[in-house]
Amino acid sequence: MQTETLKKGRSMTLPGLAPLGRILRFLMRQPTSAFGLAVIALLVIGAIFAPLLATHNPYAQDLTNTLAPPGNGHWFGTDELGRDIWSRLVHGTRITLTIIALVTVVVGPIGLAVGTIAGYYGGAVDTVMMRITDIFLSFPSLILSLAFVAALGPSLSNAIIAIALTSWPPIARLARAETLTFRAEDYVSAARLQGASDFRIIMKSIVPMCLPSVLIRLTLNMATVILTAAGLGFLGLGAQPPLPEWGAMIATGRRYMIDSWWLVTFPGIAILCVSLAFNLVGDGLRDALDPKQMNRR
Amino acid sequence: MLTRSRTRGLLRQAGTIAVTLLGLLVLTFAIGRLMPADPVRAIVGEEATQDTYMQVYQELGLDRPLPMQFLMYLRDVLTGDFGTSIRTGQPVLNDILTVMPATLELATLAILIGATLGITLGVIAAVKKDRWQDQVIRVFSLMGHSMPIFWTGMIALLIFYAALGWVGGGGRMEDYFIGLVPEVTNFILIDAALAGEWEVFWSALNHLILPASLLGYSSSAYITRMTRSFMLDQINQEYITTARVKGLSVRQTIWRHAFLNIRVQLVTIVALAYGALLEGAVLIETVFSWPGFGQYLTSNLMIGDMNAVMTCVLLVGVIFIALNLLSDVLYRVFDPRTR
Repeated sequence: MQTETLKKGRSMTLPGLAPLGRILRFLMRQPTSAFGLAVIALLVIGAIFAPLLATHNPYAQDLTNTLAPPGNGHWFGTDELGRDIWSRLVHGTRITLTIIALVTVVVGPIGLAVGTIAGYYGGAVDTVMMRITDIFLSFPSLILSLAFVAALGPSLSNAIIAIALTSWPPIARLARAETLTFRAEDYVSAARLQGASDFRIIMKSIVPMCLPSVLIRLTLNMATVILTAAGLGFLGLGAQPPLPEWGAMIATGRRYMIDSWWLVTFPGIAILCVSLAFNLVGDGLRDALDPKQMNRR
Repeated sequence: MLTRSRTRGLLRQAGTIAVTLLGLLVLTFAIGRLMPADPVRAIVGEEATQDTYMQVYQELGLDRPLPMQFLMYLRDVLTGDFGTSIRTGQPVLNDILTVMPATLELATLAILIGATLGITLGVIAAVKKDRWQDQVIRVFSLMGHSMPIFWTGMIALLIFYAALGWVGGGGRMEDYFIGLVPEVTNFILIDAALAGEWEVFWSALNHLILPASLLGYSSSAYITRMTRSFMLDQINQEYITTARVKGLSVRQTIWRHAFLNIRVQLVTIVALAYGALLEGAVLIETVFSWPGFGQYLTSNLMIGDMNAVMTCVLLVGVIFIALNLLSDVLYRVFDPRTR
């Protein structure tokens, strides 16, 4: 009997994630967040089918056709080495998505671990962990990332590490706040009375309940990640040439800006669109989570 | 006036700040030690003999264990010695004090623009909630939050400087004005006004207005959002209805009643936004060749000037903590309920 109910409890897949479908429907109904979702979908499609969508090899130089304006077989023109800008932008989506995915995959677990452990144990553990979190929070993320990249050496992977190192604190704070509300719940006490270890309680009873809000916070964070990565690329501390990273493309295009506006314009529009898309979706999510709003609309 | 619990609260807060500052120092120390640049090589040069190298190595204390090195760093910082910049040969602190006014001038004008824009739009969005004005403002302010500011800076230069010629280009003023005004405060606007050089003043303002507007626009997103939500909280309360029933116009109710109640919250928001401006300043200074703190930081990062980078990072952290504290204090001063 007892094992049966336990099994039943376990087969319930992540109880906190149930409203996600409802949230998605809410987002689709609003023009702004629907637009955001559409751009993100395009980004993913672009990344998957990049070789098919690109008209040229993104690395192929054509020194007889440098700085060609848009048109004439090159939709967005060519850069200072005669490379096709459209193809480079399309391949750049892969870099952008990689950065977002890796940062999220690193930041989520770190933030969850720090937050749930601090919240669950409380006391001295909580104080120490939250003090450390506060120290990281007392920097603007770009400046701390800059310093980390300078310390580790400029490269795409180091930029990702640096961004991850600076973006876990808000997640940890959120996970801790959530944990504090669940810690005293009856089902947690029940698990403890049954003899579950602390590790098991955190993993099975607390983490699943924190997941929805953490996932949403991670989505909200993505626009910042894109802008920070682009900023690092622009300063020469992120992706290195010849990688078609959008920020780095703007940095090299800057020298030819006055006569060849297309070198900086198109990568910039790409960054703006993607980061705006994530911000619009994030904004919609905030509304979706506000119970007053959700019922009214 | 100081009750015992209040003193305890203050002590507690002071303790928290001290711990955070110590943590900051650990972090900057770690960054400095992780940096790939060899600080000894940077001082003695490539051709120094092994003996000279070892001598400097020992002078810098690099032969001691890490905890000892940290204590030495702590001692230096506490006595106000932040080391010498390898690039300029000057004490880092002097360098930073020289470049800081340029950034402060930029950031201050930016926050004035950002706060005016953000608060106005936020109030309008709250009053017109869910109507088209609210939607337009929402997208407009999210745009400001989403734009890569280094790119917007370039495009703005292309349009307003290169094509239209409305504003000055990079730098703080026209080249031929440089050195014309005695450097008293290093705030060009103030210096020019003190010297009565109005041509220089206008040139400086002309160069300042574009980067400051862009920075202000990007920081207005946050201010708009918060103003809107604070205002919505007020609008739903009964005293607003009472005021309207008494016959006050919408305008009077909003600005004379509701707005006065959100002032305190707004002050804290603007203080925090001011700190966040520093981040945008790093990027925008590169684009506008602005000889400020951001450019100082990035150019030293590139060449691995350890002392300069450590001090810059430390300074940003301290500014952030100070602004947080300031917004706390302001809240207490302005909000009678916390007394």
